[in-house]
Amino acid sequence: MSAVLTAKGLQKSFGAVKAAVDINLTFDPGTVVSLIGANGAGKTTFLNMVTGYLRPDSGQILFGERDIVGLKPRQITKLGISRSFQIPQLFNSLSVRENLLVAESIAAMDDPQAAADETLTRFELAPYAAQKAGLLPEGIRKLLDVSMALSSRSKLLLLDEPTSGVSADEKFAIMDVVMGAARAAGVTVIFVEHDMDIVARFAGRVVAFYDGGIIADGSPDTVLRAENVRRYVIGEEIPHAAA
Amino acid sequence: MSSILPIAFDGITYASWLFLISAGLTLIYGVMRILNVAHGSLYALGAYAACSLAGAWLGGGLPAAGSFAMLLLAALLVGSVAGPLIERGLLQWMYGKDEVVLVLITYALFLIMEDVIKLVWGVDSLLLPDPYALPGNFQLGGLTYPVYNVLLIALALATGLALAWALYRTRQGKLLLAVIHDRDMSMAMGINVSRVYLATFAVGATLAALGGAFTAPTIAVTPGIGVEVIVLAFAVVVIGGLGSLGGAALGALLVGLVRSATVRYWPEAELFSIYAVMAMVLIARPKGLFAAQEARKI
Amino acid sequence: MKAAIVAIAPLVALTGLALLSPQWLVFMAMLALAKGVVVLGLLVLMRTGLVSFGQGLYFGIGAYAAALLSHHLHVADAAVMLLAGAAAAGLIAALLGLLLARYRDIFFAMLSLAFSMILYGVLVKSAALGSTDGFNLHARTFFGVALASGVERRVFLIAGAVCAVVVALLVHRLLGGHWGRLATGVRDNELRVAYLGASPYRVVYVNYLIAGAMAGLGGALAALAVGHVDPEMTYWTTSGEFVFIAILGGTQSILAPFVAASIFEALRTIASQYAPNVWQMSLGLAMLAIIMFLPAGLWTLAERRRRSV
Repeated sequence: MSAVLTAKGLQKSFGAVKAAVDINLTFDPGTVVSLIGANGAGKTTFLNMVTGYLRPDSGQILFGERDIVGLKPRQITKLGISRSFQIPQLFNSLSVRENLLVAESIAAMDDPQAAADETLTRFELAPYAAQKAGLLPEGIRKLLDVSMALSSRSKLLLLDEPTSGVSADEKFAIMDVVMGAARAAGVTVIFVEHDMDIVARFAGRVVAFYDGGIIADGSPDTVLRAENVRRYVIGEEIPHAAA
Repeated sequence: MSSILPIAFDGITYASWLFLISAGLTLIYGVMRILNVAHGSLYALGAYAACSLAGAWLGGGLPAAGSFAMLLLAALLVGSVAGPLIERGLLQWMYGKDEVVLVLITYALFLIMEDVIKLVWGVDSLLLPDPYALPGNFQLGGLTYPVYNVLLIALALATGLALAWALYRTRQGKLLLAVIHDRDMSMAMGINVSRVYLATFAVGATLAALGGAFTAPTIAVTPGIGVEVIVLAFAVVVIGGLGSLGGAALGALLVGLVRSATVRYWPEAELFSIYAVMAMVLIARPKGLFAAQEARKI
Repeated sequence: MKAAIVAIAPLVALTGLALLSPQWLVFMAMLALAKGVVVLGLLVLMRTGLVSFGQGLYFGIGAYAAALLSHHLHVADAAVMLLAGAAAAGLIAALLGLLLARYRDIFFAMLSLAFSMILYGVLVKSAALGSTDGFNLHARTFFGVALASGVERRVFLIAGAVCAVVVALLVHRLLGGHWGRLATGVRDNELRVAYLGASPYRVVYVNYLIAGAMAGLGGALAALAVGHVDPEMTYWTTSGEFVFIAILGGTQSILAPFVAASIFEALRTIASQYAPNVWQMSLGLAMLAIIMFLPAGLWTLAERRRRSV
């Protein structure tokens, strides 16, 4: 099966700071991949380059066969890559249902009303349907943000820290809903996450970023146990042994 | 070729006048994020106060040279009375509102002040010709220029330099720059923002009034003189970049020179040229010449 | 359907007004109607979060287009003039909108102000267009039917009322559906709109175009009402007046601009009679009071009463 997304030799720097150093990654359809790394390691920069918010200094990003470097976020979304945000990006003065209606109408659904209702149910948002998005608790805002991204019927869903800002006991519940919906929609998922328990539980593959480069890539078991990942990403104190 | 000198002189004179007014407007915006429509009324207030004070001075038979001191006094008076009155009485309750709403609030204030001026000074024109005539004229390249305009240019230069010195060389000025660059950070650092706002507005109001006071001898002071001034000053600060003192200076010079050249070669296009320059600058640099472009982080 | 019924009532009332009231009241009602149309256009724009301090540009273009037809091309039909006013303003808005739709917040407000002042600068110096004095216009027919002298204004008022109702219903439909939600989305969060696959630029552009065309229609209506056009129509204080009326009425209802414009014109008429020197001050005080106590406009008063009943 051919890859959904392929990054080839991506480079990006902001002044002296290197945010992406020769990133080469391939994502297969139907997989769930987690990007981990300390703040500033280049995870969000990668998502921003894939969605057209940032343009890489050099390199290629292929969505299927098509090079999407230089396209605008709007065009890339239309092709089938959608994303959620670390800080939920909602229409605060509209109700939850209206937020979804905007999303479904833009996605040109035949029946946006029905599609919105379906999303409300799938994301367990129905009890909040009439509430203004600006007044929702953070966990619900996160869910709404993801549900709007998914409702444009995407093939690839990028989630930027879907559980940040959410209390520890809510995290798993939210991820269960999100991943259930993603699986039902049959999309490939790439998510940035800091909570290693969440990563271990939901990711089929983990990519570890450090200083703009990739230091480990593989199954959760191997990556989360790798010494450099424990040192640079998880932040464990590891006694200096023979490397 | 012979027209370059008069164009430059007229242009720089006009620019000096514009700079006095625009400097206050851009300072207030930079610090307080208020695009103050009532700035035009403060200008008018300065002109009226100058007529009253200098008129009384001259009417009292006092030495005519002292009328210049009266012009300065009028500006200081407006700045130190009307400025704090407006800031404490109205604006301090409005901080944090949307920038466009703040424009509306100062627009309302402008409407109120226009009528207050009419109620206090009446609707007839006031004239104050003496300070303008007093310094006489001088000859240059076969043409006659009023010395008063040279004084105006000197005043604008001195004001600009004083402002730049105060902003970049004094402790208070650096605090102000800190507020302009990062308001949240400066609050966190314990800067008394309320006092900074009060001082800024008073200084800004003084500058507007200074512009008005020194214009009074050159025009007939009538109701509505602030109406046109405010859009002109808007044009200047928008061209220069909202909140930038250097931008206001450059914007004033640009508008002044374009206007005087247009007045000479194509007088019908006077107003047109000023706003056309503003539109062209905004098209080329959407936030003005000297404004930093900020990127949104997601 | 409900909206259509709601719209019939003011139409009947205005027709009654047109047939029965004294000339001065007809004149006032027509000006209120003209400004209401402009302000309703402004509301369409404000739905995207943008306030224009330069709608006087399109108000003036609409008025001058109508007047030029009458004065220079000897077209005497009021319907043609109204159409021409809206079309001319829409055309210019379609051009300037390409540029302005890229701007936001205070920069949008100021750039639109600059464009209106450019037109003002041109008009006051154009001897052919009467400079600061402007010039007169006359409409002698309406849809080809000759108008008896003395009743023109009454006919125009009915025509204006029909125009206003049709435009208001269209706006109601437009903003009540997907487009209205999308525009609100642009106001709330452009980033999200783009990341859903829509273009905020396009939404702003279209709404700007609509607002411009409506201001042009309003300008042509005002020109017919007054029988005269002058550069003051494009001055920034005229644009400020439109924003004032929009704030006065609030954005809750398509009727609000017309109610607010009527209050505004009535107050102006009274004030110019009895208190010409404190008219602007009263306006300013009213505006401050509304911003402080009724941020959603006078319309919230009616809403509150309805809820408390």
